[in-house]
Amino acid sequence: METPTKLPPSSPSSPTTGFSVPSAEKVDGFPRRSMRRARQRRSHSSSQFRYQSSQVELTPLPLIKDAPVAELHDLFCKKLQQCCVLFDFLDCVADLKGKEIKRAALNELVESVATSRGVLIEPLYPEAIKMISVNIFRTLPPSENPDFDPEEDEPTLEASWPHLQLVYEFFLRFLESPDFQPSMAKRYVDQKFVLQLLELFDSEDPREREYLKTILHRVYGKLLGLRAYIRKQINNIFLRFIYETEHFNGVAELLEILGSIINGFALPLKSEHKQFLVRVLIPLHTAKSLSIFHAQLAYCVVQFMEKDATVTEYIIRGLLKYWPKTCTQKEVMFLGEIEEILDVIEPSQFIRVQEPLFKQIAACISSPHFQVAERALYFWNNEYILSLIEENCQVILPLVFGTLYRVSKEHWNQTIVSLIYNVLKTFMEMNSKLFDDLTASYKVEKQKELKRERERAELWRGLEEQQERRLQSLGEASRNQKNLQEREKNSKNEPENSAANTT
Amino acid sequence: MAGADGDDSLYPIAVLIDELRNEDVQLRLNSIKKLSTIALALGVERTRTELLPFLTDTIYDEDEVLLALAEQLGNFTMLVGGPEYVHCLLPPLESLATVEETVVRDKAVESLRKISHEHSPVDLEVHFEPLVKRLASGDWFTSRTSACGLFSVCYPRVSSTVKAEIRQHFRNLCSDDTPMVRRAAASKLGEFAKVLELEYVKSDIISLFTALASDEQDSVRLLAVEACVSIATLLPQEDLETLVMPTLRQAAEDKSWRVRYMVADKFSELQKAVGPEITKNDLVPAFQNLLKDCEAEVRAAAANKVKEFCENLPEDSRETIIMTHILPCVKELVSDTNQHVKSALASVIMGLSTILGKDNTIEHLLPLFLAQLKDECPEVRLNIISNLDCVNEVIGIRQLSQSLLPAIVELAEDAKWRVRLAIIEYMPLLAGQLGVEFFDEKLNSLCMAWLVDHVYAIREAATCNLTKLVEKFGAEWAQNTIVPKVLGMANDPNYLHRMTTLFCINALSEACGQEITTKHMLPVVLKMSNDQVANVRFNVAKSLQKIGPVLDSNCLQAEVKPVLEKLAADQDIDVKYFAQEAVSVLALA
Repeated sequence: METPTKLPPSSPSSPTTGFSVPSAEKVDGFPRRSMRRARQRRSHSSSQFRYQSSQVELTPLPLIKDAPVAELHDLFCKKLQQCCVLFDFLDCVADLKGKEIKRAALNELVESVATSRGVLIEPLYPEAIKMISVNIFRTLPPSENPDFDPEEDEPTLEASWPHLQLVYEFFLRFLESPDFQPSMAKRYVDQKFVLQLLELFDSEDPREREYLKTILHRVYGKLLGLRAYIRKQINNIFLRFIYETEHFNGVAELLEILGSIINGFALPLKSEHKQFLVRVLIPLHTAKSLSIFHAQLAYCVVQFMEKDATVTEYIIRGLLKYWPKTCTQKEVMFLGEIEEILDVIEPSQFIRVQEPLFKQIAACISSPHFQVAERALYFWNNEYILSLIEENCQVILPLVFGTLYRVSKEHWNQTIVSLIYNVLKTFMEMNSKLFDDLTASYKVEKQKELKRERERAELWRGLEEQQERRLQSLGEASRNQKNLQEREKNSKNEPENSAANTT
Repeated sequence: MAGADGDDSLYPIAVLIDELRNEDVQLRLNSIKKLSTIALALGVERTRTELLPFLTDTIYDEDEVLLALAEQLGNFTMLVGGPEYVHCLLPPLESLATVEETVVRDKAVESLRKISHEHSPVDLEVHFEPLVKRLASGDWFTSRTSACGLFSVCYPRVSSTVKAEIRQHFRNLCSDDTPMVRRAAASKLGEFAKVLELEYVKSDIISLFTALASDEQDSVRLLAVEACVSIATLLPQEDLETLVMPTLRQAAEDKSWRVRYMVADKFSELQKAVGPEITKNDLVPAFQNLLKDCEAEVRAAAANKVKEFCENLPEDSRETIIMTHILPCVKELVSDTNQHVKSALASVIMGLSTILGKDNTIEHLLPLFLAQLKDECPEVRLNIISNLDCVNEVIGIRQLSQSLLPAIVELAEDAKWRVRLAIIEYMPLLAGQLGVEFFDEKLNSLCMAWLVDHVYAIREAATCNLTKLVEKFGAEWAQNTIVPKVLGMANDPNYLHRMTTLFCINALSEACGQEITTKHMLPVVLKMSNDQVANVRFNVAKSLQKIGPVLDSNCLQAEVKPVLEKLAADQDIDVKYFAQEAVSVLALA
């Protein structure tokens, strides 16, 4: 059995990870983020290299621009084939000549497809797509840092980027070329191709994801037959991200593409799209890494609302369902998104959600984390929201009054207290009668609440006593039953036993 | 209260349901967690006719509440009237098995599996199996994933027509459109194969296995590797070559490292499942490749299995295979570029010595151990040291002592306190194997140096270590070597070091016995009661409480009591507290 060619065990470029610890480290042994980062700043090559059977020596071909027209396509084709050879970039000194030849060839291909007309003829499509596939489709390497935090850590960069970038560039120019014929391309850019393209969005290298984003967007725009499939596969990636792995690097990029796709949805919304909103976009809010793609996500959500106001209730109720319980940072993001939504909400829709929404807002106002309380109180600085509150003062004020009254007396942060006074003042001006009534009944309500509390405790105490008695009597019953069975069994067994003894 | 007679009508369902509906999530959650209390109050009949329908209808709650509900319902059989009525629990659990949140769904499936055993065969066909079918053909992927976990519990107890239907449903899910469902099916493939008749394993399961193992998504393919173990165990040896091996070979060379990692990770199980012949012909070269894989993750997973793999090789050819095929790869791994690979290898490599015997160990393995003892990565050295006992049995630890010492010293001074902590834990073991002379000469000073480490966890571990050493070497040794050094620290200018003296005394007094404690330790403790740092003083009180039982009563009355009384009148509140506590525990009042 022949073993596939593999990387030499130690290439000069791979740094030996020494454990020389800076003296500041010696105070305690905890690894510092800064140190971890320093170690991570190395690039990574994908597993693909191992699958090249043997390294081919590249020889430079004539320049495309010098080629006579008759040989142009043939030369173009040869260059494409030449670019199918892969190089080991972890070993930065290996085969420098070959790398340079390929780089130059790729540059020429990019240049040629971008500037000259009439290059893209049908026989070139399979060759071009093959060259692209061979270069970009690869199993992404394991992450250097298993708990990679995109906000804190430096991403691992793709080592073969000098070539990969040009391949992506070529692909993009190819798709954008005025000569590009979707009817020819669709034979080669098929579902399997798109699926592999989508998997690359998990790349840790932001430069690669940026290219992928633009490319997928073009594919979506030009190859109409693939649209439904692309949407479905993005769904699957998101669902897997939400419910299985919680890890996918390209969520923000995919959402960005979806943002513009949603923009183009026809009305009335298809149930497929509504399902996508309710079962994929809203649950995406539960992700631990929400902060990385929240802006794009909120944009998509608002796009949906602007398309069709009837989805408002689904959205708000969904957000309330997934409201963060312990992560205040996320809570602030949710409040931000709610404000974005309220900015464009239709008054008729507002009425449908105001009750649960303002209960949540009241809960936020009483948060001991001042940023959460502050973010919620800022709603009263938004004129449109204020006008909605004013119209529905009769409903909203009773919902938040108790909280405002209580928090104004006990919050530790002065800014919050003064913000609350302003809100209370606004309410007083809106509806002084209601405000006075609520102030007067505040104590009575408190008493009532306490009474309910006591009643509940009483109820459960009674229930538990009863349970104890029941369990006791059940226990007795089962013991009796057991005894009875045992007695029966014994009386049955006895003759058998005696029979056994005699044999 | 009227509740005394246990009247069912005392608690109207409405009141209880109000509790389950409370606006406050926490209160709702509390109520759901006490659902059995509510059911008990209602009695079995009203639980069936009123409570369960309510629960079935109102499953739109916080996931946390749903999770609690799904768990509760799994234990509800008695509360609805026993196995006869257990099928009443199916509707709410069916809804719970379709929700989005994975933990809720999984819990619902777990409860369904649990109560499936309480169904009679008839009920299983009339109530349970239709539920599985409904889930398996649900619209949204969640219900179909849940269905995957339910086939194997109902299959063995239903009629052959229903069995055929179940097999068909499982087949459909294995080729489902969404990868989530295919993953769920792939992960249950092995479990399902176990309950199937052998003919269907051969006809159905193998084709599903082959298809899943060549799925377009690597997350599906890797799950097929797990199933491979169960399937191979079920098949007769002569069928393995044709039915399983092509797929397994392909998985070991999959283009995705995740799949290869899975093969490496399951290698011992696979080896046992396919038997010695196939191991010799196929798995040995496959294992070699995995040890040389281009991804460190895969190499590390394979390195972890080196010992187990060698151990399970057929005895007749074990040594030859190891020496000619495995050992060359192992040698390369010793100088791998990735520290996780080396550290995985170091955690098992010592185990090879028992397999290869004395001569081979000295000639071939010893150089590798020594190389790893000098590795730049502390985890590697630590893993070697922590497995010294395996080598000790074969060649004796002395062979290593020359290299061992520098390695130990370096780890003892490592900048990471967790590394220092780990090496301390092996000290008693090393001391036992190296003997008291070697210890006194080379390691004693290290053990004492840890007592003044700047990390508390290290000082604490060092104290504990001393106790174990004394247990090993005896009280006399303690008196001569460590007690003087420990007591000397009582005069240290740093109060943390003075406190360490007290902690050591606490730990050592029992092992050292009454004489040493009374003669040498007690005077020092008593003297420290005049320390100017309150923390030291209250630790004196704590120490006296601790060593009190070792002392005789005269000494307690004459020497300890006055000091504790003095401390009980200290101006510091904590000193007072602990002094008083010691007085009462030692019954000196």
